[in-house]
Amino acid sequence: MSYNINEKGYYGEFGGAYIPEMLYPNVEELRKNYLKVMQEPEFQKEFNQLLKDYVGRPSPLYYAKRHSKKYNTKVYLKREDLNHTGAHKVNNTIGQILMAKRLGKTRIIAETGAGQHGVATATVCALMGLECIVYMGEIDIARQAPNVARMKMLGAKVVPALSGSRTLKDATNEAIRDWINNPVNTHYIIGSAIGPHPYPDMVTRFQSIISEEIKWQLNEKEGRENPDYVVACIGGGSNAAGSYYHFLDNEDVGIIAVEAAGKGIHSGESAATSVLGKEGIIHGCKTLLMQTEDGQITEPYSISAGLDYPGVGPMHSHLYKTGRGEFYSATDDEAMTAGLELAQLEGIIPAIETSHALAIFNHKTFKPDDIVVISLSGRGDKDLKNYIDYFKL
Amino acid sequence: MNRINNKLKKGKKLLSIYFTAGYPNLNDTVRIIEELEESGVDMIEIGLPFSDPLADGPTIQDSSTHALRNGMTTKVLFNQLQDIRKTVSIPLIIMGYFNPVLQYGVEEFCKKCNEIGIDGLILPDLPVDVYDEHYKAIFEAYGLINVLLITPQTSDERIRYIDSVSKGFIYMVSSASTTGTQSGFGEEQTKYFKRIGDMNLKNPQIVGFGISSSETFNQATQFAKGAIIGSAFIKHLSEGKNSIRDFINTIR
Repeated sequence: MSYNINEKGYYGEFGGAYIPEMLYPNVEELRKNYLKVMQEPEFQKEFNQLLKDYVGRPSPLYYAKRHSKKYNTKVYLKREDLNHTGAHKVNNTIGQILMAKRLGKTRIIAETGAGQHGVATATVCALMGLECIVYMGEIDIARQAPNVARMKMLGAKVVPALSGSRTLKDATNEAIRDWINNPVNTHYIIGSAIGPHPYPDMVTRFQSIISEEIKWQLNEKEGRENPDYVVACIGGGSNAAGSYYHFLDNEDVGIIAVEAAGKGIHSGESAATSVLGKEGIIHGCKTLLMQTEDGQITEPYSISAGLDYPGVGPMHSHLYKTGRGEFYSATDDEAMTAGLELAQLEGIIPAIETSHALAIFNHKTFKPDDIVVISLSGRGDKDLKNYIDYFKL
Repeated sequence: MNRINNKLKKGKKLLSIYFTAGYPNLNDTVRIIEELEESGVDMIEIGLPFSDPLADGPTIQDSSTHALRNGMTTKVLFNQLQDIRKTVSIPLIIMGYFNPVLQYGVEEFCKKCNEIGIDGLILPDLPVDVYDEHYKAIFEAYGLINVLLITPQTSDERIRYIDSVSKGFIYMVSSASTTGTQSGFGEEQTKYFKRIGDMNLKNPQIVGFGISSSETFNQATQFAKGAIIGSAFIKHLSEGKNSIRDFINTIR
């Protein structure tokens, strides 16, 4: 069985491009060109150069000694938090801005929840001198003021999404509507491994630098390319997709996903899509999503704005459905505690999204000689206010 | 024969009206349909509201949000429409997004539409190739016409493909936009309407998006078989003062 995308844009039964005809030319242009462009030597050269000199890659694979001792296993942290702009998001925005330029686009739009993808997009637009419009839910704008300020400093226009629940999914709707209204000059940089084909695959490929590096870095340290497990948090699932990518078809490597259980999976305030979701269509792809019996998309909840999405990328739905991936979920409390623990054991303050992945040790016991690589997808600076409020610091 | 095909055979230009079921009040659906027919409208698109209507501008989004808050669901709509064919004879089309249909079960949905006397469906986010491969046989088994969209950006080759799959009319989106965003048509639209008219497609075209007045209606129907009004009608309903007939009389 293959866990990668097929030629029609599906991972098993998930994926595809369920888009209104108004979007067809834009998406089709991308579908026809993305692989060709990505394989051009000039593109690769520019992409790799920027990842190295601008983002600061390779990101270290760090052996977390005290953490390993505490959980009696071998824990490596893949330090995406050390990237420029503070998370893995920039790997994708660098790739997509280069793609947009090659397709002759002059205007960039993006959606953002917590603001990390918005900042990463505004950053690369500044770098390339392109117009940048970021859609962000009105409620998220209020609760993520520092990132809004960052985007503005970087020259982006932040447009509040006022429809629906005024959070990430509505910001995504607004970005898609903008794209419908501007079909010729605009490229839409989707930040997660979601959306109509080819987005999930394109985003995954740009993020796959994470697992590509893990392989050679682990080989240097342990004399083997493959860990026993790769662990990542999942909202839409871009850091997870990138962390798993080069291990997908190697079943010796366990794939572990940690979703946000919010206040508890069945509390009514959760974002644990694999448990609560059902197959449906969201933002142009068929995947697992949280919805009413009537097919209306529901509003998820997590303390972490980056995991606060009612669906998961189609690759992850397939990994879940086939059993290739082990799915767990961590509550707000578990994540916050795991984040604090990492700070105190290793001197690293993680993003709250990432803290969910770190909470895996509440749910699974590893063997002492297991090598467990955890994707440390982002740093916690942006979450300081949440940490302060939660721990009364 | 399907009521849509019968209607399309008539010599006149067709006026089709879209409204969101469950708006302004949950139980307005049947009343609005009956008054539209009495006012001389040729065809009605009943909007099944969706939480995330990607192709719609603010007016229809808001009406959808209200309708859902009022308690509109697929089942409620089907119940409301149960006896509609006792009083209404013009073509009725359900317009909505694919996910609610998928959750109801595509075949079940089509079966129910057939029982009630619905003539067609418009599901903007069900792409033609997916429809063609997976759902066409089901739609046709239940006598439903699937109405597909084209836009100014749709290539001639794709328009030919859409024409070959269509069995009623083609929904010609007037411009690259979401619903309710245009104010009037320029030279660009006229050229596009004419270009499509000149393609001699087997299915007639009905223009939608941006029709709000007799002027835009007349412009759109110069080259096309008819036109659809949505957002402007919803706005009229939201103001709540004039009758439906008054609105229709301003169009033609």
